[in-house]
Amino acid sequence: MTDLASRATQAWLRPVDRDGRVILEAGGTWTVFAVAQLRHIHDPAQGRRNVAAIDIAGIDRLDTAGALELMRLQRQYADASLEGGTPEHRGLIDLVAKGVVSGLPRPPKMGWLTHALYELGETVMEFFEQTARLLGFFGEVLVVIAGAIRRPHRFRPWSVIAQMHEVWILAMPIVGVLIFLVGVVIAYQGVEQLKTFGAETFTVEAVGIAIMRELGVLLTAIIVAGRSGSAFTAHIGTMQVNLELDAMRTMALNPIEWLVLPRIVALVISMPLLVFFGNLLGLFGGAFAASIYLDFTLPQFFARLRDTVPIWNFWIGMIKAPVFGFVIAAIGCYEGLQVRGSAESVGKQTTKSVVEAIFFVIVLDALFSIIFLLAGV
Amino acid sequence: MNDLPALPPLGEGGQITDQSQGRERVISIRGLRNQFGPQVLHDRLDFDVFRGEIVGLVGGSGSGKSVLMRTVIGLNPSREGRIEVLGEDVGQLSAAERLQLQTRWGVLFQDGALFSSLSVIENIELPLREHARVPATALDAIAALKISLVGLPADSCAKKPSELSGGMRKRAGLARALALDPELLFLDEPTAGLDPIGAANFDHLLLSLQRSLGLTVLLVTHDLDTLNAICDRVAVLLDKRIVAGTMAELLAYDHPWVREYFHGPRARAAGIG
Repeated sequence: MTDLASRATQAWLRPVDRDGRVILEAGGTWTVFAVAQLRHIHDPAQGRRNVAAIDIAGIDRLDTAGALELMRLQRQYADASLEGGTPEHRGLIDLVAKGVVSGLPRPPKMGWLTHALYELGETVMEFFEQTARLLGFFGEVLVVIAGAIRRPHRFRPWSVIAQMHEVWILAMPIVGVLIFLVGVVIAYQGVEQLKTFGAETFTVEAVGIAIMRELGVLLTAIIVAGRSGSAFTAHIGTMQVNLELDAMRTMALNPIEWLVLPRIVALVISMPLLVFFGNLLGLFGGAFAASIYLDFTLPQFFARLRDTVPIWNFWIGMIKAPVFGFVIAAIGCYEGLQVRGSAESVGKQTTKSVVEAIFFVIVLDALFSIIFLLAGV
Repeated sequence: MNDLPALPPLGEGGQITDQSQGRERVISIRGLRNQFGPQVLHDRLDFDVFRGEIVGLVGGSGSGKSVLMRTVIGLNPSREGRIEVLGEDVGQLSAAERLQLQTRWGVLFQDGALFSSLSVIENIELPLREHARVPATALDAIAALKISLVGLPADSCAKKPSELSGGMRKRAGLARALALDPELLFLDEPTAGLDPIGAANFDHLLLSLQRSLGLTVLLVTHDLDTLNAICDRVAVLLDKRIVAGTMAELLAYDHPWVREYFHGPRARAAGIG
């Protein structure tokens, strides 16, 4: 990167005695690129105080920043007048003199401690307000869903199918690969740890319960939150910036019905499908690892799985899936609708959407654990 | 536009009558061709802008006005042809030379294109700080001067672009374009979306800045008042080429689109034709 400031070849200032008066001669290139250099000259008059005039005849290029510097110089020597200079340069100086304003309002700056306290307080307040607003939004969505159930054509099947292609089909490879790998890892670790007790055959239960009950659905939810929840926020947020949502509202189209509902329906349907697929691959991963470290064949692995792992574990994962799907889609859409004004806001809300979705998914997962524990399954 | 008659022969740089008279060419385009897929936007296009003039660029929707401007400022690498800006062949510049050139022009985009995460004054200070290495003590004075030159109230300095009205965003964008005192200014539809009073004020502002700072201005516009009030010459994109001339020449120019444009009811209302 070249230093553009060095383009200012020279701007100079020197005091001369002319007819018994002290005159400050200015010359060279007085442009914005020379300002840094000019500010380095601390005492242009070299100790003399009675500067009578500033002679600008030597200046060959002048711009508004240079003119400002001349005026600053003039303020420094109260009695000095400007002499010489081309009519263009004089005109420019007059223009700048008219435009000079003093005292700019700046955004107030806080000390770091005040700032930290302020941020902390705002974050806490924001958390409660956000939770209240989210609940309000969930309610609004449920009302729209209830309305749509009475008139089913409002579900816009084509929109839902297009979204499902995006959030289900296109997510299958990544979900499948990741959960397969997790299945392999659990099986390998299971064999390693359980071997010490001579209980390595229990690896099958470990893989089956961990994948079907918890990890399959949790990992899928995290991938979907990062993949589809963020996409919902960015898409709806960009529409918000383009005023497309305002346009919809003025055309008697409800954005919740048109944009939010299809996405929520699509994700509520897609999540269980994705989780089912993920579970399958996770179990295959476990079976694959078991066939290497445990000398179990695939049929042996699945036979033991059928005999020892209750089917409830599978259903628990599948029950959680649509709930997580709803939460991820609703948060993604909600944060998109919260975008205000600028590109910066889109980025901020997208981050928030992913973090919140993962947060709520894990909190809900904990709640489910308690509920299923109480229910005894 | 294929059924329209071919253009009569044009002078150098697409001029109807040659007015170069040894004037310095700030922009000089020769043989430009821009093509997007099968659609040819510009073909054998010649165009000159001379130092110290305001040139208005007009043309029908989709005729490639904005593309032409974007090509000149290097946002749209051209396929064929030679473009010189401020004496530099844009296609042959090294990265460092291009950077130098970019500090000598200012661009105002249609909606200001202000950086949304910075306040208005920070938007203006950014090029000053980054390219001119202006020390912090001098920054505020220069930025404040630019803000007052474009007629923004002082209290808008601390605001974010999203808090400004459309007209104020344009003024702030102009202030940023003027930050480094460029010799050449590109404006994309500067008065679009402004009320007539705001548009007239903006015209007046442009004219006074151009006269006092000695700017050369190329502006894309559909505003006939702007064309009439401040442009020294008008360039029309016709049949993939530029036809440039003074208002009087274009009024006398025999081409159906030009006739409709400059003799239509709106043109009459603007006091043209």
